[in-house]
Amino acid sequence: MKLRFPTPHSRPGEAPDFSDLVIPAPDALPVPPLTLAAADAWDYANGLVRVLDDSGSAVGSWADYLAEDAGDEILIRGLRDMLTMRAIDRRMQNAQRQGKTSFYMQCTGEEAIACGFQRMLKKGDMNFPTYRQQALLIAADYPLELLMGQIYSNELDPMAGRQLPVLHSARDYGFFSISGNLGTQYVQAVGWAMASALSGETAIAAGWIGDGATASNDFHSALVSAAVYRPPVVLCIVNNQWAISSYSGIAGGGEATFADRALGYGIPALRVDGNDYLAVLAASKWATARARGGHGPVAIEWLTYRAAAHSTSDDPSAYRPRDEASAWPLGDPLERLKTHLNRRGIWSDARHAQAEAEILDHVVAVQKEVETHGTFVDPKPLSPADIFRGVYKELPEHLRRQRQEMGF
Amino acid sequence: MARMTMIEAIRSAMDVMLERDQRTVIFGEDIGYFGGVFRCTAGLQKKYGIERVFDTPINESAIVGLGIGMAAYGMRPCVEIQFADYMYPAYDQITQEAARIRHRSNQDFSCPITIRMPTGGGIFGGQTHSQSPEALFTHVSGLTVIQPSTPYDAKGLLIAAMETDDPVIFLEPKRLYNGPFDGHHATKSKSWADHPAGEVPEGYYTLPIGKAEIRRAGAAVTVLAYGTMVFVAEAAVAETGIDAEIIDLRSLLPLDIETIVASVKKTGRCVVIHEATKTGGYAGELIAEVQAACFYYLQAPIARVTGWDVPYPHAQEWDYFPGPARVGRALIETMEA
Ligand SMILES: Cc1ncc(C[n+]2csc(CCOP(=O)(O)OP(=O)(O)O)c2C)c(N)n1
Ligand SMILES: [Mg+2]
Repeated sequence: MKLRFPTPHSRPGEAPDFSDLVIPAPDALPVPPLTLAAADAWDYANGLVRVLDDSGSAVGSWADYLAEDAGDEILIRGLRDMLTMRAIDRRMQNAQRQGKTSFYMQCTGEEAIACGFQRMLKKGDMNFPTYRQQALLIAADYPLELLMGQIYSNELDPMAGRQLPVLHSARDYGFFSISGNLGTQYVQAVGWAMASALSGETAIAAGWIGDGATASNDFHSALVSAAVYRPPVVLCIVNNQWAISSYSGIAGGGEATFADRALGYGIPALRVDGNDYLAVLAASKWATARARGGHGPVAIEWLTYRAAAHSTSDDPSAYRPRDEASAWPLGDPLERLKTHLNRRGIWSDARHAQAEAEILDHVVAVQKEVETHGTFVDPKPLSPADIFRGVYKELPEHLRRQRQEMGF
Repeated sequence: MARMTMIEAIRSAMDVMLERDQRTVIFGEDIGYFGGVFRCTAGLQKKYGIERVFDTPINESAIVGLGIGMAAYGMRPCVEIQFADYMYPAYDQITQEAARIRHRSNQDFSCPITIRMPTGGGIFGGQTHSQSPEALFTHVSGLTVIQPSTPYDAKGLLIAAMETDDPVIFLEPKRLYNGPFDGHHATKSKSWADHPAGEVPEGYYTLPIGKAEIRRAGAAVTVLAYGTMVFVAEAAVAETGIDAEIIDLRSLLPLDIETIVASVKKTGRCVVIHEATKTGGYAGELIAEVQAACFYYLQAPIARVTGWDVPYPHAQEWDYFPGPARVGRALIETMEA
């Protein structure tokens, strides 16, 4: 008897190989009814929802379904959100390299997913994001001062330095406090959605998890619970092919798509081209409408590629080919949306370059301002005593004594 | 002999055991091809093959659960939890299963598994890369709990752990991976290259589990410490000029109570320090044992210096960390009491 130990197609020094990835045409899957049952969802969990074809045109039934929600303004907004996210990622990555912050995580290549999904949420809905969904905040118009203040752990940090950079929390923007422990929050999203239903409200919740973290117990806890109670929750799986150095086959042996796993629990699922902003909008529109309509939970596997390092502590050239990102068959979400807008005649390379420059200027200006409130190299120290605040609602006696012992 | 960092010493221990004992298997998240996020297993998969050194899905409960199954079968798994902060999904498997299988089966089955995990703070890792959960393990009957503070000890104790017939929790103070750290975070990092305990035999050797090491002999006060805090204690002693005896526990469970008691009977004073939070922390256990055995020898209340009872903060890391200043104050107060 021999065990199987999954290994990726290519390692450093070898040619990237995505030949296993089957990419159907955009019109291959019709838009299903919102009442879609898991038993009828096999094609959706194993195919690929797409809107943009290889030339950048929006085609197929998902394009028609989306049409009224994909006007020029919305799409240009989407492009600007993604450009903003990418500019911030670049700037914060460099700030870490300059020692101005302790740590950073980029979402390069995955921007379309969070930017697009957020468009279909309403006030009151709640995301339970991972650390790579900071673009949800960008698309929700979260103030960049707060976003960057958190990265610098400075006076503007809404969490007052408690959390590692990128572990944001922004209740008013539908963004639940992020935990560093993987998987834990997936099932919490189900609980939040149950609470919404039990309270007679119409808000929905969205759980977020990476391909790697689908291996965690809490992934299964979430799916089981969602299948049992059918709450209004969208369970997003961001399959960016890598979990630090482990390729997606480690998480499940490559035996089934991540979306397909939901079917076994009785939850219908879509597998979506996550680098196609229009496909993200269309699938998000369908899934959120289903949840709001009381038809129960739905899972979405967003197919994408983690183009940057896992974090500023990681060097992916140690475990994957350097040029793997450029070989990723679904391309770059920004480029693809830009091509579509150009084709549509509402955008041009010149306008794009101008927008990119404007956005960078804006981000740099905010960054400069934020840095005056403290960085790791030029800190404006937060009060040490503040670490005792909020452990409990009221400061208990034993913590008051410890604070005093600290000198406050 | 060779010069090794703690990372290299830990790797060398696993290398020796993979070579020596065919029952040895190593697995965990990112530990195979990549060699682990701290590089502790770098090169081992290449050397011993994927069947003996392999990556696992991100599921700590599975990592330990698989290890228990293999250990009960007769293999010798040594598994890595990427950060001690991520052991909680495995806590059920560790405390309710691994720790009890021998006893509940009346020796029908046993569980010789070693569970390695980087622990402690000092790397700006925030609340999920900095925890010191040792007391959550020392509270569990059936576990052995070790925390080395030098490369030499790390290798000898890890081999000893891997040869133990019962489950061992092996806590690696990550702030010491690349060099001794005395708590002065603003000064340049030191390396193991110029520390005597960075001198490590290349081959097989073991150190006894359950034996503390006196790092500094002294007459005035006994300091009980382990992991990173051993070096913080050394700094505090150097800065206060107090003639303290510093004991590096190395093994928390079983505890070398003889060495501790002999020292406290000699000095009549005791300060216990750890980075973990205070309430319910391991210092409480140490203080209870010391006062029971040394009550009539004590000239001052036993003091403890620990992390504050709050989640490990990110930006205020050094306000949380019980550094040389706080330890020094406790030493002075204990001497003046
Ligand atoms: C319970 C737990 N185990 C391990 C880790 C360490 N860790 C942090 S991120 C990560 C990889 C996650 O990969 P994936 O879920 O695919 O998300 P991605 O980083 O690709 O967005 C690991 C193993 C953790 N944070 N929590
Ligand atoms: Mg991933």
